Amino acid sequence: MAYDAIIIGSGLSGLAAGIRLAMFNKKVCILEKHTVLGGLNSFYVRKNRTFDVGLHAMTNFTPKGVRNSPLGKLLKQLRFSHDDFRLCQQEMSEIRFPEHVLRFTNDFEFFRQEVADEFPREIDGFNKLADKILAFDELDLNDKKVLSSRPILESFIKNPVLIDMLNCPLMYYGNAREGDMDFYQFVIMFKSIFVEGFAKPVGGMQHILHLLEQKFKKLGGELRMGSGVTSINAKNGTVESVTLENGEQLVAESVISSMGYVETLNHCSPGLEKTEPCATGQVSFMESLCVVDCEPRDLGYDKSIVFFSTQPQFDYKVPNEMVNPTTGVLCCSNNFNYPEPMKEGLIRLTNLANFSKWDSLSRKDYIAAKKYWRTQALESVFTFFPDFRDNMVFLDSFTPKTIKKYTGHLNGAVYGSPQKIKDGKTPVNNLFICGTDQGFLGIIGASLSGISMANLHVLQK
Amino acid sequence: MTIDEVRQIILNILEDIAPDEDISSIDDNTKLRDQIDLDSMDFLDIVMELRKRFNIEVPEKDYEHLATLAGCITYLQPLLKDRLAAS
Repeated sequence: MAYDAIIIGSGLSGLAAGIRLAMFNKKVCILEKHTVLGGLNSFYVRKNRTFDVGLHAMTNFTPKGVRNSPLGKLLKQLRFSHDDFRLCQQEMSEIRFPEHVLRFTNDFEFFRQEVADEFPREIDGFNKLADKILAFDELDLNDKKVLSSRPILESFIKNPVLIDMLNCPLMYYGNAREGDMDFYQFVIMFKSIFVEGFAKPVGGMQHILHLLEQKFKKLGGELRMGSGVTSINAKNGTVESVTLENGEQLVAESVISSMGYVETLNHCSPGLEKTEPCATGQVSFMESLCVVDCEPRDLGYDKSIVFFSTQPQFDYKVPNEMVNPTTGVLCCSNNFNYPEPMKEGLIRLTNLANFSKWDSLSRKDYIAAKKYWRTQALESVFTFFPDFRDNMVFLDSFTPKTIKKYTGHLNGAVYGSPQKIKDGKTPVNNLFICGTDQGFLGIIGASLSGISMANLHVLQK
Repeated sequence: MTIDEVRQIILNILEDIAPDEDISSIDDNTKLRDQIDLDSMDFLDIVMELRKRFNIEVPEKDYEHLATLAGCITYLQPLLKDRLAAS
């Protein structure tokens, strides 16, 4: 029994690719090594509370009826209605640095005005930069030019603080590269956050993943949970089968893998000569989920998401220490326009973290380090924002090591490799990648990655 | 299959791939792309639906024939007619 396609990984890219193929009667099987769907955008349960992993908010929000935006394209391609996703928009977010604050909503003109008020000398340059961004085709899969964004930003904007403030949310929500960002990625993130905006689905990631799973199965797709792939077996540069952890072999005409580029090549048997240097991602995070006994706004946390730096200069890089507490992201899930208030208050804190430091600890030291560093991270927050420790009723944290354990991504690199493979090709003819290493990020981006790779390499073949 | 039947088949496909659009007001001789906001991904879906529903293969060089509803009808009617005659 041969499959037209096997998809490795049941994250958003894998599920979306699976739906596209099953929709057009391809015989397709999704293999997931974990027992829970979602990959980097998943969820977990602790003490009867369900927490999303990865998701602070969905970027790329556009309203119902907008069809040519990334969200509009995703809905069309997977044949969902906008209402199915049950999206609730953000109220207001902000970027907070020592001397400056910029607020933003899902209305780009509001943000433009904030920049004009806070940085009056820079508004002309900012407007020119915005024009360049809006005219840029960031979705061109054949564009292999690498442009770094910092020199481009510096050509429009003189004040380095404004450059850092613009970079801060865009980097936290989708930059695999330390220090700088590829310009096309900057454009993707700028549009998805400042021009489009944030929303959260009622029911969280579980709801979105359930929708995709149901659609995939209804179309006749096969989903195997707890089915890790041990090897991708190729002969003369063509995949013939994959071997599962239980020893079973599945034969397929094509394989689309969301494991990551290097991770995928590492699974190929016989092993491949690495013809080009391929970097693995390094950027990962520690996140603490703080459940509080009231609405976060009553504690002085009235923004949906806050991107902060307690230092005038923002450094987006793997810290030398285990965690960098001086900068991070605060997300208050409650401050989205839900039809009904959430049962409990939830404040999430995300900080850059160093995978190898976390990975080198013994079990006992690891637990102690988690406690130590989340205390450091919270104390740093409280130098800038109100203290909520007295209202905290539950606290849980995860680290780069947790991310690696459950997703298999090397270094717990949530945004994958800094070198994206936009066309999804590998040295093996009928083996393709989708997901973070292909280049589109976030919930909408990952889904579009799966869709476009399924279209390009299987449906249009 | 009559021209009206072929026209209806295409409208049914468009309705499935663009559920939010008003299909009833489509003008046969104006480009579909200009009337209901279709992009290249949508055109792929039209082609894939034709393959799925009628086993018709539209090679990429013929996509231009699908630009208008009238073009679709002219291009597809002989193919659909053959299919019915053969079945």
